[in-house]
Amino acid sequence: MKQTLSIASYLAFKEVWRNKGRFLLVALVIGLITLLVLFIAALGEGLGNGNREYISKLDAELIAFQSKSEFVIAASRLGRDRLAAVRRVEGVADAAMLGTARASLILSDDEPLNISLLGVEPGRTGEPTVLSGRQLSTDLASEAIIDRNTAIRSNLQVNDTLTIRVTQGTRDEFFDLRVVGISDGQQFSLQPSVFVPFFTWDRIHPKSEAEVNSLTSVGNVVLVKLENPDQIETISQRITDQVNNIEVATISETIQAFPGYSAQQSTLNTQGGFTLFIGVLVIGGFFQIQILQKVAQIGVLKAIGSANPVVAMASIIQIVIITTIGVIMGGLLAFIFSLTFPPTIPIVFNSTNSAVALILLLLIGPIGGLVSIRYAVRIEPLKALGLSS
Amino acid sequence: MTKYALETHAVVKTYQSEFGTIQAVDDVSLKVAAGEFVALVGPSGSGKTTMLSILAALLQPTSGKILLDGEDLAGMNDIERVSMRRKKIGFTFQANNLVPYLSAVENVELMLRLNNKLDKTGKLRARELLARLGLADRLHNLPGQMSGGQQQRVAIARALIHNPSLVLADEPTASLDTERAYQVVETFAGLIHEQNRAGIMVTHDLRMVEFVDRVLLMQDGKLVRIYTGHSEIMELIQGSRH
Repeated sequence: MKQTLSIASYLAFKEVWRNKGRFLLVALVIGLITLLVLFIAALGEGLGNGNREYISKLDAELIAFQSKSEFVIAASRLGRDRLAAVRRVEGVADAAMLGTARASLILSDDEPLNISLLGVEPGRTGEPTVLSGRQLSTDLASEAIIDRNTAIRSNLQVNDTLTIRVTQGTRDEFFDLRVVGISDGQQFSLQPSVFVPFFTWDRIHPKSEAEVNSLTSVGNVVLVKLENPDQIETISQRITDQVNNIEVATISETIQAFPGYSAQQSTLNTQGGFTLFIGVLVIGGFFQIQILQKVAQIGVLKAIGSANPVVAMASIIQIVIITTIGVIMGGLLAFIFSLTFPPTIPIVFNSTNSAVALILLLLIGPIGGLVSIRYAVRIEPLKALGLSS
Repeated sequence: MTKYALETHAVVKTYQSEFGTIQAVDDVSLKVAAGEFVALVGPSGSGKTTMLSILAALLQPTSGKILLDGEDLAGMNDIERVSMRRKKIGFTFQANNLVPYLSAVENVELMLRLNNKLDKTGKLRARELLARLGLADRLHNLPGQMSGGQQQRVAIARALIHNPSLVLADEPTASLDTERAYQVVETFAGLIHEQNRAGIMVTHDLRMVEFVDRVLLMQDGKLVRIYTGHSEIMELIQGSRH
């Protein structure tokens, strides 16, 4: 086995080295496929992350929705009475109202920045932890926590004053808020986030004409933190049973119910899968053509006593070398390109996803080359050398 | 009693075709001693290439025995035949002889590598053999950078480097001009004699048998005549010119 591996490696490396140009071109094609696959994976992660980042980082296990809202946050409306009812359910450690809306952040020189305006309850689940500055103080304070994405794109810092423009009824209204803290990335619905105390949110969020004069405070959903997260199913059922007109979802169920989220992710996954499939065909095609061009040469090798394992192993090693070089080139290109993208493009290189993509890309070479390896092993030296009658 | 490196006994090779059974080799028995260089000649379709393929352990006969150093090739499985080709047989072909991405010396050393005998002495021997074949200044040239004659000489060195019992050459002069063809066969014959190998050359060019010890004439799959001795062989060559 050691002897077979040694000869096969020798033949494979010599052939690659003496045909650098040809093999480099193939490696480059594999590199471009790698780049494409990594970017599709990063785009999927970026878009998915932009949608779910805030929800996935919540320190809560369940989210309570208005019944028949089909777990769509924007479609759910819950009043404070429901929040109180949820809090009373046994096994609930904490519950807090969450209000969501879209608004514009007015920037001095640039175009307004579209943001997610999120109303959270200070000191309760749902309020993000700040990395600099402080947490929100009271339910009515005119202050805000901005997430890192908002900070990067607006250049706002702690103690700056931000201005939010919303439409209430038929009029544009402007509200000034003081930035008290900056959190990590907390995007929601593909927008950077600005967190305000819930009652401040209730006052400043976009409203219809009918809502403007309403005295009732209404949020979208109730975030629920459990005393024992292992009892998630039991408590979920208990909340549904004990609180009227409510339905309860887990965090992952909520994320899957984001409008377009599943379709978006499956589209990108399909694109990634097809790119890998095309990679298999391209690599398979190249190595098959190469083997067809080398029939006589393989015939000579076999005639002078090279066993089939040597021929097969040499092909495999060659494919692995080229694929590895291509994947490394593609990975480096992806890294270099990623440094040039502005923060507005939702590209996120997740280490797990990238590792899975790279492993799959390393496998497509040998998979694509299987047919050619099988062909090489079946070459008859007699026929290859023109000695057959 | 002469000890033969190669002996065949009643070798038969038949093929089935749509026109019936074809007898490519028909009851051929021959013996070649170590240090003897033999030419296998005959018209197209006479069975000489099939016979060479059988002797090279590339093709199994339908019946008969092929004893190489006393071991019967006909009774061996594929793995054993690959091993025999690697250890006991040297082979040169008409064309595409060399591995194109290995230099001249690497092509020769490849046989030693395959036999796990590539040490300092082996490397030195490969260089000496190529030098003897007039290729001292071509050691590191790739096949594509050498002429047809130079490539054939590299192939001869590769066929001999691992000290095989039997050296086979299939039309080694087919792609060479007359002058180079003579040079190649003469060198080949000289090395066969000097290194005491059994050598068999298949050729359709009767001018090339000048340097062999015996000529075996095949026709319709049968061995029909053996030319022995210089005068008989020269007569055959003269006859072929008329």
